[in-house]
Order: sequence, then structure tokens, then C-alpha cells
Amino acid sequence: MPSCCFRSVLLRPLACVGAAALVAASGLAAAADLTVSAAASLTNAFQEIATAFEAANPGRKVQFNFAASGPLLLQIAKGAPVDVFASADQETMNQAERQKLIVTATRANFVRNSLVVIVPADRAPPKALADLVAPAVRQIAVGVPASVPVGRYTKAVLEKAGLWAQVEAKMIGAQSVRQVLDYVARGEVDAGFVYATDAALMPDKVRIAFTVPTEQPVLYPIAVVAASGNAAAAERFVAYVASPPAQTVLARYGFGKP
Amino acid sequence: MASASLDAAWIALGLSLKVALWATALDLVLGVAAGFALARLRFPGRELVDSILLLPMVLPPTVLGYYLLVVVGRRGWIGGWLEDTLGIRLVFTWQGAVLAAAIVAFPFVCKSARAAFENVDVQLEQAARVLGLGAAAVFFRVTLPLAWRGILAGVLLAFARAFGEFGATLMVAGSIPGRTQTLSIAVYEAVQAGQDDLANLLVLLTSTACIAVLLLAGRLAPARIPGRS
Repeated sequence: MPSCCFRSVLLRPLACVGAAALVAASGLAAAADLTVSAAASLTNAFQEIATAFEAANPGRKVQFNFAASGPLLLQIAKGAPVDVFASADQETMNQAERQKLIVTATRANFVRNSLVVIVPADRAPPKALADLVAPAVRQIAVGVPASVPVGRYTKAVLEKAGLWAQVEAKMIGAQSVRQVLDYVARGEVDAGFVYATDAALMPDKVRIAFTVPTEQPVLYPIAVVAASGNAAAAERFVAYVASPPAQTVLARYGFGKP
Repeated sequence: MASASLDAAWIALGLSLKVALWATALDLVLGVAAGFALARLRFPGRELVDSILLLPMVLPPTVLGYYLLVVVGRRGWIGGWLEDTLGIRLVFTWQGAVLAAAIVAFPFVCKSARAAFENVDVQLEQAARVLGLGAAAVFFRVTLPLAWRGILAGVLLAFARAFGEFGATLMVAGSIPGRTQTLSIAVYEAVQAGQDDLANLLVLLTSTACIAVLLLAGRLAPARIPGRS
């Protein structure tokens, strides 16, 4: 069809120009700003910390990219212009280290969190993991274990308790811990596994049923990305996150000391 | 791993086809009815209704997904009622995926049906009526056969759109393997998890399926220009 060919001839150069403009724009942003890829559970605390960091470092803008740690790692591995990476588990950061994506010397744990089971505020909370097997609990939101750390912690705990198969049958996979929180807050699922700090954001919509002890502590590591074109500023940000003012903010959101 | 991901890919393909077929069937009935009403009935606010029906074509799928969550969610106006009285749940079910896909694809059927009906010569219908056919018979034996080709083109587009639906479906139906994880969502999930092997398999399968649909479309709706096959 001639009209179709004509269109693709017309559009292809346009697409190239568009792609080039995008690359140029992201390159410019990387030069002027600090890009921080951080686990979704850090969203609120990090936004507040960035404001204070910018005030202490005039002219420096912090840009965030919040998502589950798995996809963040993939973006960095595929060459995304990121300066600092903060993940919600050691496993993701270990992968980053193995792939030589981070500056190992800058890696440090900066906060601790805990895993909790939450239910919609108007629902009777279960008392223990075994109660989740009851037929009344029809759907349970869990972060997808392959890419979401909170899902990985959840799966490990449930496997150890011998309940994973039963819970998996009721599992609604979520793309990040914040999606689990959203599903529970809307009452679309009967229960969900999130971090204590996420549950604390919506006290009127979700209720913490109980804390789930994890075999591996929920420790958050942060590190400077090896490909950062901005290493000095990135190191300053990593150091700032460990400083008392930033730790005070993190503590206010419920994060524990590492 | 290879055979497991192949199984997962086939299941996702089957689910995508099921969801797209149901959504297209729904759109066929509702879209033809709405297109006919818009083409033949004169009522105040007709163009406003037309615009509202075409909205899913321009609204971002995430906006539609959010509307749907608010309306058919367990605490939504309709969703709460459905669950309390009929025990039907739409969120996180394949029926929810059908609803999302049907809404997103609806304008394609509605718009082409309206255009097709407007192109039908009214004199032919009048002649049929004069010769003694009832209103329903005129519609099914004269109007619909004359408008059929235009409607079919819209239906095929709607099927293609429903088959590839992602945003609204993910928001309403989630991503449950084997139940609501359609091909497009499985691709997203595989990329998020860094499973490039599975992603490659899925995009290959999707592309092949889309080419098959387009070839089939070419067969079903032969070129309008006489002499071209």
C-alpha cells in the first residue's frame, strides 16, 4: 500500500530526531542534576531529605526515580544515567556489585525496616500467618518475588512456614510495595505484605495485623553508581543520607537504625 | 526453564485471545447499536453523546483504568453492588480484563458503524418498507448487509486494540499468571524481572499473532478497488 510506505518514510526520520532529542535532554539533566534511583518504600522520606540536601548544597538539584529495586537495577544495568542507587534488600545490591555497576567502597547500609501483614481498616485482622490460609481471606497482595524485594522477603518467610503454596494460590502480584499498600487501602484484597513504614503512611485506611519476623533483616543499602558522571556529588548525597539530619527524617517515617 | 516459559507464553496467548474475543463480541453488539442510534436518531445532545462514546480513544488508558477501579472496585458504586447482590467481582478477574479491553476498543466499532450506517442509501430502506418489511427485517436484511463491510473493518481494529490492551487492564485486572496475565502484561512482567529470554519469546509470539490477525483481516475484508485481490 503506497500510503503506508509514504508514512513510514516520513515518520522514520522524525522518530530519529525525537530519539536524539531525548538522549540529548537526558544527558543534559545528568550533567546538572543528581539522579537517585531509590526503592519505592523510600519515596516520602527521600523527598524530604532531598529538600534539605538541596538547601545545604545550593545549585544542586536531586531527581528521583522511585520503583521496585529489581527494575531499578535493570535500568542501571542497561545504562540509565543514574548517580546513586538505594535498594530495599541486600540481594539486589549484591547483584549490582557482581555486575560492577556500583562503587563497592561507597556501599553502606543506612536504614532498617520490618515486614508486616496489613488488612483494610474495616476488616478483622488475622493473628498469625496460618490465619491467612482461612477461606475468608480470598486474595492477598504480595510484591512479585522476581523483581520486588518485599515480595522476596514475603516468599522466604512463607516458605519457611510451609504456607507459600497456599498463599501463592491467593496471591495478587504487585509491581512494588506501594502497589500492595494501594490494593489493601482500596479494599480490593483481604490482606497484604508491606514494610512497617508503608503501613504507617495510611493509618486510617490500613491496619497492621502483626509483624512478621524475617530470617534476613530488612536492611537498605545505598551506593554510588559506577557510571555516574557526578561521583563527587553522588558521594556527598550518600554521606548526607547517613548524617544525623537525614537519619532524623528517616526515623520520623519509622525507619530504624541499620 | 525453556519449556516452562514456553508453557507460560502459550497460556498468556490463550488468555489474550479469550479476553480480546469477548471484548470484541461485546463491542460488536453495543457498538453497532450505538452507531446505528447515532446515525439514524435525531436527539438533542447527539454530538455530545458521540464525543463521550469516543473518549476511550483519546483518554490515557491509566485514566480509564482509574475510572474503572473507582466504579467497579469493591468499594465502587457498581462494584460494591455487584459483589453484595450477585457475588460478582471484576477487579483482579479475567472478566475485569474483558471490561477494560471492551471499553478501550469500543470507539473503533462505534465510529465505523456510525459511518457505515450513514453511507447506506435511505431510499433502499424505504423501498424495503414499502414492499412490506417490518423495521427489524429492514435492519437485518437491508441496512446491516449494506453496512457490514465498514463495520467489519472497525471490528477488526477493535480486536487488535483489545488484544494489545495494557494500561487499563493492568490497573483493573492486575497481573495474575494464568488468570489475568495477558501477553502484553506478561511482556512487561518479564522485562521488569530481567527475564530477557521469556521477554524475547513473548514479543516474538505477540508479533506473530498480530501479523496473523492482519493477514486474516485482509482475507475477511477484501480490497474495495475492483480488480485488486
